[in-house]
Amino acid sequence: MGIEQKAGNMGVVTVGLEQAVNWARTNAMWPMLFGLACCAIEMMSAQAAHNDMSRFGMELMRASPRQSDLMIVAGRVSRKMAPVLRRLYDQLPDPKWVISMGDCASCSGVFNNYALLQGVDEVVPVDVYVAGCPPRPEALIHGIMTLHDKIRHEKLNTWV
Amino acid sequence: MDEPLEVNYKELQHLVSERALKGETVLLNMGPQHPSTHGVLRLLLELDGEVIVNCVPDIGFLHTGIEKNMEAKRWELAEVMTDRTDYLNNTGNNLAYCLAIEKLTDLDVPPRAQAVRVILVELERISNHLVWLGTHALDLAAMSLFLYCFRERESILDIKELCSGQRMMTTYFRPGGLWRDIPEEFEIAVRRFLRMMPERIKEYEALLTKNPIWMDRTRNIGKISAENAINMSLTGPVLRGSGVAYDVRKAQPYSGYEQYDFIIPTGTHGDVYDRYLVRMEEMRQSLRIVQQALDRLPYGPFRSNNRKYVPPPRAELGTSMEAVIHHFKLWTEGFNVPKGAVYQPVESPKGELGYYLESNGGNQPYRVHMRTPSFIHLQALPLLCKGHLVSDLVGIIGSVDIVLGDCDR
Amino acid sequence: MSEEHLKTTLKALKDRFGLRESELMKDPPTLVCEPGKIVEVSQVLRDEFAFNFLCELTAVDYWPEEEPRYNLVYGYYSHAQNVRMALRVPLNGDDPSIHTIEGVYKGANWHEREVWDMFGIKFEGHSDLRRILMPYDWEGHPLRKDYPLGYEEPQFTFNFDEIDKRKHHGRYEEA
Repeated sequence: MGIEQKAGNMGVVTVGLEQAVNWARTNAMWPMLFGLACCAIEMMSAQAAHNDMSRFGMELMRASPRQSDLMIVAGRVSRKMAPVLRRLYDQLPDPKWVISMGDCASCSGVFNNYALLQGVDEVVPVDVYVAGCPPRPEALIHGIMTLHDKIRHEKLNTWV
Repeated sequence: MDEPLEVNYKELQHLVSERALKGETVLLNMGPQHPSTHGVLRLLLELDGEVIVNCVPDIGFLHTGIEKNMEAKRWELAEVMTDRTDYLNNTGNNLAYCLAIEKLTDLDVPPRAQAVRVILVELERISNHLVWLGTHALDLAAMSLFLYCFRERESILDIKELCSGQRMMTTYFRPGGLWRDIPEEFEIAVRRFLRMMPERIKEYEALLTKNPIWMDRTRNIGKISAENAINMSLTGPVLRGSGVAYDVRKAQPYSGYEQYDFIIPTGTHGDVYDRYLVRMEEMRQSLRIVQQALDRLPYGPFRSNNRKYVPPPRAELGTSMEAVIHHFKLWTEGFNVPKGAVYQPVESPKGELGYYLESNGGNQPYRVHMRTPSFIHLQALPLLCKGHLVSDLVGIIGSVDIVLGDCDR
Repeated sequence: MSEEHLKTTLKALKDRFGLRESELMKDPPTLVCEPGKIVEVSQVLRDEFAFNFLCELTAVDYWPEEEPRYNLVYGYYSHAQNVRMALRVPLNGDDPSIHTIEGVYKGANWHEREVWDMFGIKFEGHSDLRRILMPYDWEGHPLRKDYPLGYEEPQFTFNFDEIDKRKHHGRYEEA
C-alpha cells in the first residue's frame, strides 16, 4: 500500500524488479537470421503478413549476432556448419536464448547419418524445442510464446 | 573445434590471383551466415576496391548425406527424403523420383493422376517463383514485394494442405499415382486461385518492370552468352534468359505435358533483367497449364492397380486373401524394383532436375544420384560476377536462384 | 530425324572405338567405354555429333566386387537434335583414376570434384581437385559402400544413461 496510497494521482506505479526486467526482455526480443534449410522458409512465412511475428516485438531479423538476443536455429546443422554455429552463439551478447526449430535442429529428424549433428544441443544449450517437419508458423509462434513464459518466470539469481 | 586447423596455404594459392599475394587486392569472406546469400553459402571474394576480381564459392555447409541415407531405406520410405533436397519444389522432386521408379518397373499411371500431378507441379513452380521474387526484391531493397509474394504463397500452401495434410513436405505422389484422391474443395480452391493470380502478377510487374531503380540495378549485370551457358551445363531460366529455348517439358514430355498448350519464354541479353522477365512470364504460362489441366481433369482411378507395387484399398482387405498378402508384403518388405538403371530428367523451376536411379533387384535403392540445377549453376557464378561490384553480386546470386538444400543435398 | 541421329551416333561410336551396349541401363541408350578413351569419345561427341551438353557425371560403387569396383556414368544431351545418350566407364578398385573431361565440357569441374570427394576417384589434369561437400579435413570417402552410414543409436530407457554420458552437450561458456 505505502507509496501508492500517498502518491496516488501522481502517476507512479510500483512493480517488482524481476517483473519489469523480464517484461522488457520478452517484449522486444530481436531474433538473428539463422535460417539454414526448409524451416527457414516457414520462419519467413511466420514473419510475413499472414502470421505476423512483429506483433510480438520481432519486427526485424538482425543479420548481425551482435545486435540480437534470440537465435532461432531453423534447419539441419551439418558437421561443417557446427563450428560456425558455435561461434555465432558466442558472439551473441547476454542475455541470449536459443530456439531449436524443427525436427532436424532438435534431433536430426529424418536424417540419421554421418553428415549431420544429431540435434543442435550438441553444440549450444537450447531453451525451447519446436517439433515439426517443418513446424507450421503457428507452431513456431507457440514456441516463442513458451519462451516468453519461461523468461517471465526467471528469478533474480538466475540472471546473467 | 579444439585446435585451429593447420591450413597449407600453398595448396590453395591457385584459387586467388597473384595480385592478392602481393597485397593489391583484398580477400573478403561473405560468410555462411549472410542475409543475402539465400542460405548457407560461403563466398571468398577477391576485391580490387569494390570491384570483384574473382569469386570462389565454398559449399557443403548443408550437406545432409541424402544419397547415402536413401540407400539404407526402402524404395517407398526413401521418397520422404526427396522432398527435403530442393525444399521449395517438393512436388517436383517427388515427381522425378516416382517417374524414375515407374520407368524401371513399367508401372502405368492413370490419366487422372497425371493431370493432378501436373496441376500440383505447376502450382509449385508459381510458389517457387514467388519466393524467388520476394527474396530477390528484398535483397535489391524492394521490401514490400516480400510480403505480397508470401501472401500469395499462402493460398498455394493451403491447396497443398487440402490434398495431403502437409504444407510443404507433402510426399503426395507415390509410384503409380497419388497417395489418395483429391478432395472436392480442391477444384474450388484452385479456381479461386486462378481468378486472383493474374491481377497480382500485373501488380508485381507494375512495381518492378519499368522501375528505373530496378532497371539500373539489373540491366547489363551478370551477362552470359548462350555458348558459354551450354558449355557450363546451365539449364532453366538462366539458359532461357540467354536465348536458348530448352525446356524439358517440351523436349521430352512426361506425365501428359504434350497435351497442354504453353510457350517457352526466352530472353535476349542473358542478364539479370532478362531472367527476371523470363520467370515472370513463366508464372503466367504455369497458370495457363493449370487452367487447361483443371478443365480437362478426367474421372477415374488415382493410382495404378498393380498390386505388386501399390497397396490394395482397405475395403478389399476384408474380402480377398490375396489383398491381405499383398498388403503384408508391401508393409513389411516393400516392393522390389527389377535390376536396371535409369536417368529421368524433369523441369524444376530452377532448371533440369535429373534423378539417376540404379537398382540391383532388391527393395532398397542401390544408388540414387540427384543431378540438381543449383549445384551446377553455382559453378558459373565466378564467370557471371567478374568485374561487377559487390552490390551487383547480391542481384546476380538472386537471379541464379540457388537453394542450398538442392546444391549440397 | 532425331532417332536416326542417335542410331548413327551409336553405330559410329561402336565402329570407331569398339564400344558395346550396356545391359544395365537402357534409358537413355548407353554404351560401355574404357577409361583411357573417355576424353577422345567426349571430344568426338561434342564436335562431330553435336552432343554439346553434359547433363550428368556420377559414379556407382559395386563393393565387394573388385573388378570393376566403380562405374562412372556420363550423360550427354544434344540441343540441336534433342536426343540423349550416356556412357558407362568401369574402373578398378585399387587407386582409381581417370583423365578429366574438363577441357571438353567446362561444366564437369564441380561434378568431378564431387566424385573425388564422395568416392575417391582421382581425375588427372583437373584444375582444382579438392573436397567440395565434406569439411576440408574429413577422412574417408562417404559414398563408398564400405563407409558406414554413421547413424546414432536411439536412446531407450534401458540405455539412456550410458548413451547420455557419451553424448556431447552444448554448454553456455563464459567468454
